Amino acid sequence: MTVTAEMHENGAPEKLLAPVLSAFWDEPQSWTLETYHRHEGYEGLRKALAMTPDDLIAYVKDSGLRGRGGAGFPTGMKWQFIPQGDGKPHYLVVNADESEPGTCKDIPLLFANPHSLIEGMIIACYAIRSEHAFIYLRGEVVPVLRRLHEAVREAYEAGYLGEDILGSGLKLDITVHAGAGAYICGEETALLDSLEGRRGQPRLRPPFPAVEGLYACPTVVNNVESIASVPAILNKGKDWFKAMGTEKSPGFTLYSLSGHVAGPGQYEAPLGITLRQLLDMSGGMRPGHRLKFWTPGGSSTPMFTAEHLDVPLDYEGVGAAGSMLGTKALQCFDETTCVVRAVTRWTEFYAHESCGKCTPCREGTYWLVQLLRDIEAGKGVMSDLDKLNDIADNINGKSFCALGDGAASPIFSSLKYFREEYEQHITGKGCPFDPRKSTLWADTEVNA
Amino acid sequence: MTANPTGQGVGLGMPQLPAPDFPADVRARLEADAKEVIARYPDSRSALLPLLHLTQAEEGFVSRTGVRFCAEVLGLTTAEVTAVATFYTMYRRKASGDYQVGVCTNTLCAVMGGDAIFDELKEHLGVGNNETTPDGKVTLEHIECNAACDYAPVVMVNWEFFDNQTPESAKAMVDDLIAGRPVAPTRGAPLCTYKETARILAGFPDEREGAVEASGGAGPASLIGLRIARGETPQLGKVVHPRGEASAATEEGE
Repeated sequence: MTVTAEMHENGAPEKLLAPVLSAFWDEPQSWTLETYHRHEGYEGLRKALAMTPDDLIAYVKDSGLRGRGGAGFPTGMKWQFIPQGDGKPHYLVVNADESEPGTCKDIPLLFANPHSLIEGMIIACYAIRSEHAFIYLRGEVVPVLRRLHEAVREAYEAGYLGEDILGSGLKLDITVHAGAGAYICGEETALLDSLEGRRGQPRLRPPFPAVEGLYACPTVVNNVESIASVPAILNKGKDWFKAMGTEKSPGFTLYSLSGHVAGPGQYEAPLGITLRQLLDMSGGMRPGHRLKFWTPGGSSTPMFTAEHLDVPLDYEGVGAAGSMLGTKALQCFDETTCVVRAVTRWTEFYAHESCGKCTPCREGTYWLVQLLRDIEAGKGVMSDLDKLNDIADNINGKSFCALGDGAASPIFSSLKYFREEYEQHITGKGCPFDPRKSTLWADTEVNA
Repeated sequence: MTANPTGQGVGLGMPQLPAPDFPADVRARLEADAKEVIARYPDSRSALLPLLHLTQAEEGFVSRTGVRFCAEVLGLTTAEVTAVATFYTMYRRKASGDYQVGVCTNTLCAVMGGDAIFDELKEHLGVGNNETTPDGKVTLEHIECNAACDYAPVVMVNWEFFDNQTPESAKAMVDDLIAGRPVAPTRGAPLCTYKETARILAGFPDEREGAVEASGGAGPASLIGLRIARGETPQLGKVVHPRGEASAATEEGE
């Protein structure tokens, strides 16, 4: 179906959006402490320090904030799991290893507004009683690394980090740590191994990081956006936060629209907005084309089609429709895109990024790639399709970590919605699509 | 792998001799840097990834000498360090170019034109994946998703963002790199060399004047939702933003 630019009865687009973290990204020097202060920066921290740590944890829990890194686990509950009075150091590790295909929210957030993360980290460390926190940033984003270095420097200079923060007696150091290129390090236990200077391979759980995390000490691992959302909750109140979104998925979040759309970019909105609403306000698909398939939260979340345009994009809504909210990476592909090509490429990615620790994922992703490449090249046979399903089934739920499940998702969902297109590749002995028509410049060449 | 970084085949006979050390003055300088890196962590081994970046800042890749250095300052074996160095894709295994040009060919960028850009760059530069031009300037590779999908197709050079690329813009950019002309990314700071970039990755802030503020607050796509929320009407309905025009269209509200 065609997505039009008409506005629906739910009103003007500006009422559907809620820029909080992105509210001042267009300021000329949005990343500086000076700009952050002008937008009530570090006010949330002052309010947090007026509470006891336990009350603070309860407050964040009551706000209903859920993890923005994909799994949607309640943030306050993660903090509460940290055993107190155990005599061990506690650590906060921020997962800034944003690498899930399609996901592009934390990187622009940190580039334009790094202090929201720093402030959130100080609040979180006060709550869980940690004196040392880490930002594990993927290495391939040097512009963001620069701004994190600068934001941490500014925060030390202003007395938000170091000894006796704001006269509260609180002590905190933040270390910015650049990774070195490995998708698997976005998995929280692999991230911890990597931060300990090892190959990034996931750990057996239990013990969970809350009990034995970094250096076998109690550790909270939170996504960038989760932590960056905390200062606003403290500053404006949990009721303000809960007034947005839905009962079980309260608050605001960043939706990242990409692909064959007229207005790719970041849209900060209350949870529960639909792709139709986002496309309506942003000009829809590129002119003359229609939506074919899309991911609600990155390539590891089962794909959707145009029939899912009205699915509320919150944890429950997307789950009920058979996928996952994930990272809200809305990759939209139009009718010029070959599903087999798309899934083959994602599967090559999973095979490349499989850490090799467990057999189902390491071997399964390898064989999936062999089959898919054959099918895409017109060398497949019909029984390959069931074999794909079988192999994916032997990876899904049987791997050491969620990377395997993620690898299976595009296989299952594409076979479910586009089995005919796979069959066309086999009966027609080749790909019926012209990749030139999918490019960013395809239509301008025609019209020029 | 069928070859080790020195280009010799896998030998089943005599083991390799230990790698030579850095010259004394280099070693002393790197040790001082390493001390600073190690001090950031409660446990010294956590410094391994930054120290491997540091050896790349010295040599442009992780050599056996670099591995030996990391092992010695951290009290690890060279096998332990090698196991880590070979796990991560950002550590180069052989001497490579001053500019690492990475074309995103993960699904979304590939479909939007990344495949075409990568193919045309290979032909234009006369190199394959992970190969370097004879002048030692440019190493070409295809990379995985770099968290900039709203700017697809994306090319990274020394891990700075070149957004909304076309084969023509990418070819012009590598021509500039080879000719030694200054090149600035869409988002990020004017390019420095691969070694200089590796030093930032090791955790030493970029000291160049203006590097942090280069390219401004947020890119145009990052601001689209904010502008709509304010009731502004961003330029919509076209996908192609020729460079320059897009920023002019979206910056006028500032």
